[in-house]
Amino acid sequence: MTAMARPATARRPPSGAAVGMAVQVPERASEPGWLKAARQRAATWVDAHGFPTTKHEDWRYTKLDAVLAVPLAAPPEGAAEDGQASLSSGDLPAPHLGGSRVVVVNGWIVPELSAIGVALPGGVRVESLASALQADDGRLEQSWARHVGGYPHALRALNDAAVCDAVVIDLPPGAVVEDPIEVVFVSLPASEASWWHPRLVVVAGAGSSATLVETYLSVPGGPSVTNAVTQVHLGAGAQLAHYVLQGERRDSLHFSSLEARLGPASRLSSRLLATGGRIGRHEVDVVLAGEGADVELDGLFLVGAGQHHDNPVLVDHAAPGCTSRQLYKGVVSGDGHGVFNGHLVVRPGADGTDAAQVNKNLLLSEQAEVDTRPRLEINADDVACSHGAAVGQLDPDALFYLRARGVPEREARVVLVSGFAHEILERFGSGAIRQRAEELATAAGLIVLDEDGHPGGIATCAATGSRRGGLSQ
Amino acid sequence: MLLIDDLHVSIGDSEILSGVSLEVPDGEIHAVMGPNGSGKSTLAHVLAGRDPYEVTAGRVLYEGVDLLAMVPEERAAAGVFLGFQHPVEIPGVPTMYFLRTALNAQRRARGQEELGPVEFLALVDAKRRLVEMERALLDRAVNDGFSGGERKRNEILQMLILEPRLAVLDETDSGLDIDALRVVAAGVTTLRSPDRSALVITHHQRLLDHLVPDRVHVLAGGRIVRSGGPDLAAELEAHGYATLGGPAVESLTVSTGTVSTGTAR
Repeated sequence: MTAMARPATARRPPSGAAVGMAVQVPERASEPGWLKAARQRAATWVDAHGFPTTKHEDWRYTKLDAVLAVPLAAPPEGAAEDGQASLSSGDLPAPHLGGSRVVVVNGWIVPELSAIGVALPGGVRVESLASALQADDGRLEQSWARHVGGYPHALRALNDAAVCDAVVIDLPPGAVVEDPIEVVFVSLPASEASWWHPRLVVVAGAGSSATLVETYLSVPGGPSVTNAVTQVHLGAGAQLAHYVLQGERRDSLHFSSLEARLGPASRLSSRLLATGGRIGRHEVDVVLAGEGADVELDGLFLVGAGQHHDNPVLVDHAAPGCTSRQLYKGVVSGDGHGVFNGHLVVRPGADGTDAAQVNKNLLLSEQAEVDTRPRLEINADDVACSHGAAVGQLDPDALFYLRARGVPEREARVVLVSGFAHEILERFGSGAIRQRAEELATAAGLIVLDEDGHPGGIATCAATGSRRGGLSQ
Repeated sequence: MLLIDDLHVSIGDSEILSGVSLEVPDGEIHAVMGPNGSGKSTLAHVLAGRDPYEVTAGRVLYEGVDLLAMVPEERAAAGVFLGFQHPVEIPGVPTMYFLRTALNAQRRARGQEELGPVEFLALVDAKRRLVEMERALLDRAVNDGFSGGERKRNEILQMLILEPRLAVLDETDSGLDIDALRVVAAGVTTLRSPDRSALVITHHQRLLDHLVPDRVHVLAGGRIVRSGGPDLAAELEAHGYATLGGPAVESLTVSTGTVSTGTAR
């Protein structure tokens, strides 16, 4: 038995219950048999395999101790209602993006806070799990069947087992949705159960196109664990512009997985701005399954004191003639820890692959830490693959240049960090999504540098970058 | 305006300036010439407050105030401008934003109102024509992908916008074609007034054909070995630095103090 098969007792939920017992599979008579079976299968997998430890290669840098200290109870139906009264529309992100908005509180869609069906052309459906199950045509069954051969790790299985509700977006072939569809995931810590397993399923028919924005936020309360899964299936020639704005409070723990499967000549762009939570882990699994598919992945993670953000990114070139481009940038201050763990696989036969993977990181203090592991695994000929990684500090020459022009040191640092982040932020377009991204970045300290009363965090490298004067007589 | 008195500067264990003294009165343009390694760039950097030079002796008074006690941004706000020999690239920071941030930071420090976007744009448009720069260049990141000449024009543009009282130009003429040289000289001449001064550091006489200085100082081996009128530049051009009196000119490699930890862009 391997070390990871059975987690140490300390990693178990404090209830002392075996992991499998702790996974509460919702019992719903109305659910179809295949879903009940899939939930049970996933729960059994968690029980058999336990949670990953740092001995697991993909979890080397992320410890789950803090996560598993949160009781692993599934939120009861209606749990979100208790706190909803305290949630006003002012807590929701502004400005409105103009299209449909689905608000998911603690894993449940809240129709009262949502505006579903706004600016949706005919045939496009945005609905809840229950609603999607009524018109079940095998799509959702596929969604649960993808890990029949085994899960990458327990959190993905947990989502399958314990998911309460789901946002299901269906784009029929040729459908074009102009305005962004927004899904806002709110974590509203309840008294006991504080694990949420939100799920978003996008099935885009051939030639369809849409923009999807996921926003994660939390309101004051206790610690909570968000364990989200977003699945994207793109048919031939379909296009999806996908944005993730992750900004929960510092007492939250955030895990999310984007699982995307791209059909022939389809195109996915996914852009992540990650700033929130004590722990943030943003997994991306993209399979380029059809010839000529294209994916662009951009990520900006802003990691402050006491935070840990991990970005495991897997791009799988399984078909010929596909292109992929990744650019992830990290800004780490205080004693924050950022991780980029990129894995690019080119399968046999995936000739004509054109792939680039780049990770650049800026360390703003001596305590800040970054681990970057860009990896290529190439099993085909006739491919063009490149990768690179950099970890550095603010350019002392650029800092002096700004100061010599009269910009005070603190402000000069802000200008330089913003310049570093700009390359990613500008990929959030020029409209409301960009505005929201910049506000989130600002709130995370890109502008407000002395959050947490931590002058040491940002100013520490002042000691190395440009000591004050130093020219005494 | 500027009084440099017996200035000694070291970097690590090596002394680069060994007792430089010179005075630039109000309204005058002085040139500092000298061979490579004579300490010209060090002098410019020390005046602007660059690390990691250590002043071991002497003083620098700017308008009667101890310049060396001020941090770089204070010097800039007080009216000291350094034109860089190697202007730095700042990826992701548009030039217009950079210029406005700098100007308004100085205005704030002086207790003046910040300039709004409209006024600022008008100011930049007026000044950029003087240095023959396209507006599109200013929307790009600072010096990012700029040619050598564009970078130097950008330096002069910044000088014209910030309107310093003392401009220190560190080999702003190096590597420039004749057009760019003319632009640099015109920029300095534009600012010429009874209450502004300039210290023009150069290796060649070329710039001084376009920009006639009031005084020329020759820096060699870390000291001013000769001072004179504008004719001195022509004499140096004809006979070289080797004929100068004073201490032997040592070959020194001047480090600009780049930190070796690397930078992320």
